[in-house]
Amino acid sequence: MPESPLLPERDQPSSELAEAPSLTVEQAIAQLTDPDLSLRYYAAWWLGKFRVTDPAAVTALIAALEDDSDRTELGGYPLRRNAARALGKLDDRRAVPGLVRCLSCDDFYVREAAAQSLGMLGDASCVPELLKLLVGGLAAAQPVPGRPHLAQPVEAVVEAVGALAPQTPWEAEAIERVRPLLNHSLRRVQYAAARAMYQLTREAIYGDRLVQALSDPDVNLRRVALSDLGAVGYLPAAEAIATAAAENSFKLFSLKGLLEQQIYPEELQLSTAAVQLIELMDSLL
Amino acid sequence: MTDGVIDQMIVTHSAASPSPTPEALIAAVEQADSPERLLAAVQRLAASPSEVSIPTLIRVLGYNNAGAASLAMQGLVQLGAAAVAPLLDQLDDYNYGARAWAIRALVAIRDPRALEVLLSAAAADFAPSVRRAATKGLGTLLWQQLPDHQRWQAQARTLETLLTIAQDSDWSLRYAAIVGLQGLALALAPSRECNRIQQQLQQMTTDTDRAVLARARYALTVVGAAPETA
Repeated sequence: MPESPLLPERDQPSSELAEAPSLTVEQAIAQLTDPDLSLRYYAAWWLGKFRVTDPAAVTALIAALEDDSDRTELGGYPLRRNAARALGKLDDRRAVPGLVRCLSCDDFYVREAAAQSLGMLGDASCVPELLKLLVGGLAAAQPVPGRPHLAQPVEAVVEAVGALAPQTPWEAEAIERVRPLLNHSLRRVQYAAARAMYQLTREAIYGDRLVQALSDPDVNLRRVALSDLGAVGYLPAAEAIATAAAENSFKLFSLKGLLEQQIYPEELQLSTAAVQLIELMDSLL
Repeated sequence: MTDGVIDQMIVTHSAASPSPTPEALIAAVEQADSPERLLAAVQRLAASPSEVSIPTLIRVLGYNNAGAASLAMQGLVQLGAAAVAPLLDQLDDYNYGARAWAIRALVAIRDPRALEVLLSAAAADFAPSVRRAATKGLGTLLWQQLPDHQRWQAQARTLETLLTIAQDSDWSLRYAAIVGLQGLALALAPSRECNRIQQQLQQMTTDTDRAVLARARYALTVVGAAPETA
């Protein structure tokens, strides 16, 4: 019996590139202030999608983080959301102050996008601001009645903190704020916390939590665990990754993450661990 | 249907013989009504596969349940040559998941009747998972099953296909091409073609992708040539 309808292969770039209407960079930047709000929204997405790192595009997107004209019925800020998402992909740290201000926006999805993008930009100076969203621990990270999300975008924040806080002056505070979330009622939050705790402490107990997540009853969470283990390169997980109940492509990409951390391009000789990983990857082709 | 009913059915069918009949095992797979029961039923069917179970095992490849598909594939591989024609005939043009598992089964059986299907899947399938599986398998076909005059031509076409895939922009296809080339080099050594493969592998030891670079270095040691510094 089928588990679910088949989805397009998720491990590969989609064909969106071919389908997106063509814009020039100048047009897209101009459209960010077009009277037609839907064109602004689309232009913000487009600039991120095609990674337009032109300084003028970044400046225009930073301005869009303050937009007040595009509102949803519930008071959300669609253009700010898309601008925040786009800025994470453009590798320009001028966006950091504006994104930090977005962390206190009323719109959950603006805060979530800002946290994700701050994690991607790699500027650790925003860690204290990110940690403020975790104040209150488990009690403050509960679902909002009537909405499909928690009070704060804790997964996005935890992920950004795991990427940015290691070996910074805020490492100890980050550990203190993230640890309680290991006991969150949602398993996806637990796993995000385990991944960040592993990045912050390098203790096997947290890597092993992610290995346990490979047996989660939900295939989507098993896929997340595969991706997390690959991202942190947790070597003891190799066998468990290879035998997890998930599609071969997810397992292959996860093991690739482990292998990359065992390879030193200037070193011609491969380690025993690297050869074992290669053999597992071959078996998943 | 509960597990108990399935078990009972198997017991009923097996009353006359010490183990459940293939028909009972097939019925259990077809009547499973949850992913867990499907997995258990496929495990039992794949553990003692017979030719009558081939159509059922092939159908399971398309159920979008990776655990069950992997077991079904292993059952088909155990059946070997008998599974080749049904796998080729029933290749699913619409479900790339099913197609990838069928190709993996053909790859493990290594029967050169799969050559044309593997060549076209490796070069041009829509799904990268199918391309990876076929690309790897091109290296390990049982070439000696082909008559001499066909073997040489088949290997030459395989080599050209693999050398093209080795230039793909997708790291996972370059990786799979190395695995295929490694197998083909072992089959062809010693020869001029084998040297060509070694040169290609040597080039790939400086690939921009670390996994590809590592796989190329490993392949060179397997085919008996040490990777050299650039």
